[in-house]
Amino acid sequence: MKFLRDILDNIKPQFQKGGRFYKLHSTFDAFETFLFVPNKTTFKGSHIRDSIDLKRTMSLVIVALLPALLFGIWNVGYQHFLATGVTASFWEHVWVGFVAVFPIIVVTYVTALGIEFGFAQARGHEVNEGVLVSGMLIPLVMPPDVPLWMVSAATAFAVIFGKEVFGGTGMNILNPALLARAFLFFAYPADMSGDKVWVHAIPDGFTSATPLAQAAAGDITSIPSAFDMFVGTMPGSVGETSTLAILLGAAFLFMTGIGSARIIVSVFAGGYLMGLLFNLWGANPFMEVPAHHHLIMGGFAFGAVFMATDPVSASQTGKGKYIYGFLIGLLAVLIRVLNPAFPEGMMLAILFMNVMAPLIDHYVIEANIKRRLRRTKARQAAAEKITQ
Amino acid sequence: MDPMNEKEPLFSPKNVRLLKQPLVKDNPITVQVLGICSALAVTVKLEPSVVISLAVIVVMGFSNVMMSIIRNITPPRIRILVMLTIIAFMVVMVDQVLKAYMYDVSRQLSVFVGLIITNCIIMGRLEAFAIANKPWPSFLDGVGNAFGYGWILVVVGFFRELLGSGTIWDINVIETPWWNLYELGYQNNGLMILPPAALIVVGVIIWVHRSKHKELLEDN
Repeated sequence: MKFLRDILDNIKPQFQKGGRFYKLHSTFDAFETFLFVPNKTTFKGSHIRDSIDLKRTMSLVIVALLPALLFGIWNVGYQHFLATGVTASFWEHVWVGFVAVFPIIVVTYVTALGIEFGFAQARGHEVNEGVLVSGMLIPLVMPPDVPLWMVSAATAFAVIFGKEVFGGTGMNILNPALLARAFLFFAYPADMSGDKVWVHAIPDGFTSATPLAQAAAGDITSIPSAFDMFVGTMPGSVGETSTLAILLGAAFLFMTGIGSARIIVSVFAGGYLMGLLFNLWGANPFMEVPAHHHLIMGGFAFGAVFMATDPVSASQTGKGKYIYGFLIGLLAVLIRVLNPAFPEGMMLAILFMNVMAPLIDHYVIEANIKRRLRRTKARQAAAEKITQ
Repeated sequence: MDPMNEKEPLFSPKNVRLLKQPLVKDNPITVQVLGICSALAVTVKLEPSVVISLAVIVVMGFSNVMMSIIRNITPPRIRILVMLTIIAFMVVMVDQVLKAYMYDVSRQLSVFVGLIITNCIIMGRLEAFAIANKPWPSFLDGVGNAFGYGWILVVVGFFRELLGSGTIWDINVIETPWWNLYELGYQNNGLMILPPAALIVVGVIIWVHRSKHKELLEDN
């Protein structure tokens, strides 16, 4: 590590004010803080410092995403061989999946980082770390065979219109990764939905619908068993299929204190409750799907753990997080069941609640202020009584 | 000669400013953020955008003039009613002309020609300018604002048609005798046909506009 520090210290003057490469200082900054924890301190205003900076936080989220990513890569291969009917070994599954998924990841990162560095240079601020996580989340919510230029266009749209327009990481009102998916969903529906896109290199004449699509079509007898859906051996977006792998990531997020347990738990509670309500109603086959199936189908778990907990676009207040999460779960199942045009209600539910989060926070804070005012008044009244 | 009665030249610097100011610096859409609703509704393609822009230019120019002519005999208490009547009269005229000579476009625009009446820019200019100014400056003000509104609509329509339908003025530019981008895997962007896309394009125009004219930025 010492030699890296030496190299950086050696070339640092070149990038500081007056140096030869001053124009590239934010690029240099990005690499330096990526390698070493920055030693900058805040010197005015009140501030609370955590022991890890934003870049470290984001890296931990990427670690939490690894189980879902690795399982996703294997599952892409597994589904491919299942569709073609060829028996193949574990490593062949992984290899086929890797060949399908890796280009998506590369394209996402190249696009996102390129735009991010460009904006950082133009505006003279540091490169924002949020892009590291967005760049990993976007491939995980794509179908395995999505054309790469679409990934690139969606990433560019999400980074520019989801984040940079508002002023970069920390200012965005919507989750950029979900925005990328929503963009593709509405712009190129043929490649983002239906029963042809969920399996890598699908053979002609073979269709493979996700369990969600099957349920939406009223065909609930052919959806996989709850165990299969929990483990994740079903067609779907790259990283969303395995609830098990996602829960491993969630456990890691809990341990490191990065993901908000309040949000995750209340999303699941909201979804489960709505599922139960639909069971009571039971007007069509989809409504009779057992409530716990909703939690393991489609992108519900992935959205709950990795998308809804986005610290920027979620509610900030404690109570607000419960309300925010609960409504996400509720709306997700509601959209899924009642609107067959949008089988993936989770995406729309989270985006919608992202927009509502500041409103929730506002009322939570207002209620708190009112409660405290009432308490003060009651105390004053009591004190006056005593003195009389 | 009494300076009050001195005849002002038709295109005095003041009048030219009336015409030019709304084009960029005081644009009704990008700066005042008025008339957004129609910018969403009619800009799926370039042709209706151009037609509606022309219609608004005619309606705004002449209703401003009419309001200005009768401004001194209109009782202030009923001025809004008078304005609405004038605008409605102009809109009906435009609608009839469109139906007679451009029936297809008129069908395509359907209710939106009639809805020009509700365009807040027109009412706003009548109330803010024509009611207190002479006919000629009022005409320039109306035409200037309508042009400011129109060119934004045309730009939005151009991009929405190009990206959403792959055509410009109904001429296919993606699949031509010389090249065919569809074969390379290109697809039209379905989002651009949906109304929110107009908001995004208008947003981009406002973004570019504000970064070019720093004086528009609020300090905070």
